[in-house]
Amino acid sequence: MKVEQLKNEWFGNVKGDVLAGLVVALALIPEAIAFSIIAGVDPMIGLYASFCIAVVIAFVGGRPGMISAATGAMALLMVNLVADHGLQYLFAATILTGIIQIIFGVFKLARAMKFVPRSVMVGFVNSLAILIFTAQIPHFQGESWIMYALVGLTLAIIYLLPRITKAVPSALVAIIVVTAIVIFGKIDIGTVGDMGALKQQLPIFLIPSIPFTFETLMIIFPYSLALAIVGLLESLLTANIVDDMTDTESNKNKESRGQGIANIVAGFFGGMAGCAMIGQSVINVKSGGRGRLSALVAGSFLMFLIIVLGGLVVQIPMAALAGVMFMVSIGTFDWSSIRNLHKLPRTDAVVMLTTVAVVLYTHDLSKGVLAGVLLSAIFFAAKISKVKVTDELMMREQKRVYRIEGQLFFASVSDFTAKFVFADTVKEVEIDLSRAHLWDDSAVGALDKIQAKFEQHQINVEFTGLNEASKNLVQRIGGLSKASGH
Amino acid sequence: MVFKRILLAVDGSEHSIRSANYAIELAEKFNGVINVVYVVDGNKAKSDVLHATDKFALKKMRNDKLKAVKELLNKTDIQYEIKILHGEAGPTLVNYANNNEIDGVVLGSRGLNNLQTFILGSVSHKVAKRVECPVLIVK
Repeated sequence: MKVEQLKNEWFGNVKGDVLAGLVVALALIPEAIAFSIIAGVDPMIGLYASFCIAVVIAFVGGRPGMISAATGAMALLMVNLVADHGLQYLFAATILTGIIQIIFGVFKLARAMKFVPRSVMVGFVNSLAILIFTAQIPHFQGESWIMYALVGLTLAIIYLLPRITKAVPSALVAIIVVTAIVIFGKIDIGTVGDMGALKQQLPIFLIPSIPFTFETLMIIFPYSLALAIVGLLESLLTANIVDDMTDTESNKNKESRGQGIANIVAGFFGGMAGCAMIGQSVINVKSGGRGRLSALVAGSFLMFLIIVLGGLVVQIPMAALAGVMFMVSIGTFDWSSIRNLHKLPRTDAVVMLTTVAVVLYTHDLSKGVLAGVLLSAIFFAAKISKVKVTDELMMREQKRVYRIEGQLFFASVSDFTAKFVFADTVKEVEIDLSRAHLWDDSAVGALDKIQAKFEQHQINVEFTGLNEASKNLVQRIGGLSKASGH
Repeated sequence: MVFKRILLAVDGSEHSIRSANYAIELAEKFNGVINVVYVVDGNKAKSDVLHATDKFALKKMRNDKLKAVKELLNKTDIQYEIKILHGEAGPTLVNYANNNEIDGVVLGSRGLNNLQTFILGSVSHKVAKRVECPVLIVK
């Protein structure tokens, strides 16, 4: 059964997987180069990463048909590490990222992703799109109108060519056409070659040359943790999208482990950390890719192309690359979130916009996610901390009955306490908790305080209707002495 | 000419409701059944997954989109089934129609704006060109 399944995942769709793999390889090259440039490293680093990650994930990933490689989200996180400490620290951080992701996978923390609300994820992809867009702006500085014209031409080909034919990826045609114009027109404009060296050789195994000290660990750990979390967030989101597109299920914990293994390999072979790519995975599935073979073909063919065509790749003008990145940015942005912004609950919109604002301010996707999660937790606490108190006077018994409805915990008790009138003329007060739930020490404390205050006014207090869980809490904490007396 | 099995392509927009009315009229005339097909393409899948908490929420979100058409059909005695398919709208509809003994396709002419139609091409045009059975395009 296991062998049968594995065979199907590898060879169940050979023709579709090979064709889709070739298409994805062509689409991966410009992105791998552009993301390297964003991270501030040689194009080779992103290309090696894409090769290693795509090939390794083909074997150990949990979601066949998904494409992983060097990505913008990860590249944006490593900018400071590369600038402050250099390339060797990036390799070390990439390996550590992998180790953290394996730990996440082993302890089945994929489930913890449900604590990241949807509005935070929307903010995540939107800020990612904006950062990829703004990362292209420096390429325009000091360039003439030719740069703008070539970027315009790139975008025109990308968006209009599919009207005529869908047989070839339009981004690839755009790059070839614009590169040809620059080469044959002898136009003097920035190219990939200006951004760093491109070696026409296979990656080799190397151990990062860093001091193996606690200090080094302290430098790379914050980067690795952020990379691990962002990588898993994007990978699991992509896995869900591929699940939906192909109407199949996937193993998210296996995918977390697989991402970890792939990053460790990438780090040892001179690549930067990466993760699953939404855009490329959609291209893969659309092109007929369903199995593990397509990722393997994509990675290998990418490396093959670089070795054979490396001399040409360095001549790609930055204008063409920037055009492709604008397309990636437009494709990444969730436009429906803007169209429906006024329809969303106000708090969801605020969480989404806050996530975007924090990312744009800090240039760190993980900080934006953290801020978004915290803010939604606060909103949730505020929403749930509304406790309803109604009271009814029973004239004959000289008794007032308070009915409490809602969740009693640290955030809700202060408002709740203020809703009682302690200087009352009745002799007895009944507090009906049958539609309330006590959650913590603060809740028990508040009820104790209410009781004490009533007793100061010579009013007897009786608590009724405590549910089982709340009763247990009270017994553990040891409050409400009178209530537990019966 | 009989229309026993009618494919009604819907996209969750207002246009779907108008198309549904025509499909119902046809089905009643010929005592036929209706296959309601909703195609989710890559971009739609991406934004749907992004906005749904989990698989169940996703399913509910899509069912809600088809609710208006479903209610319309429930008012009639017509037998119908709903299919949610994945892929590019045009080719997926063509495939489904040609492989499921469909006698006629009913679909709306515009869900997109002019720019989108210019870039993506019109789904109804593609379907009309390549489906083997008659196609009713509702304006």
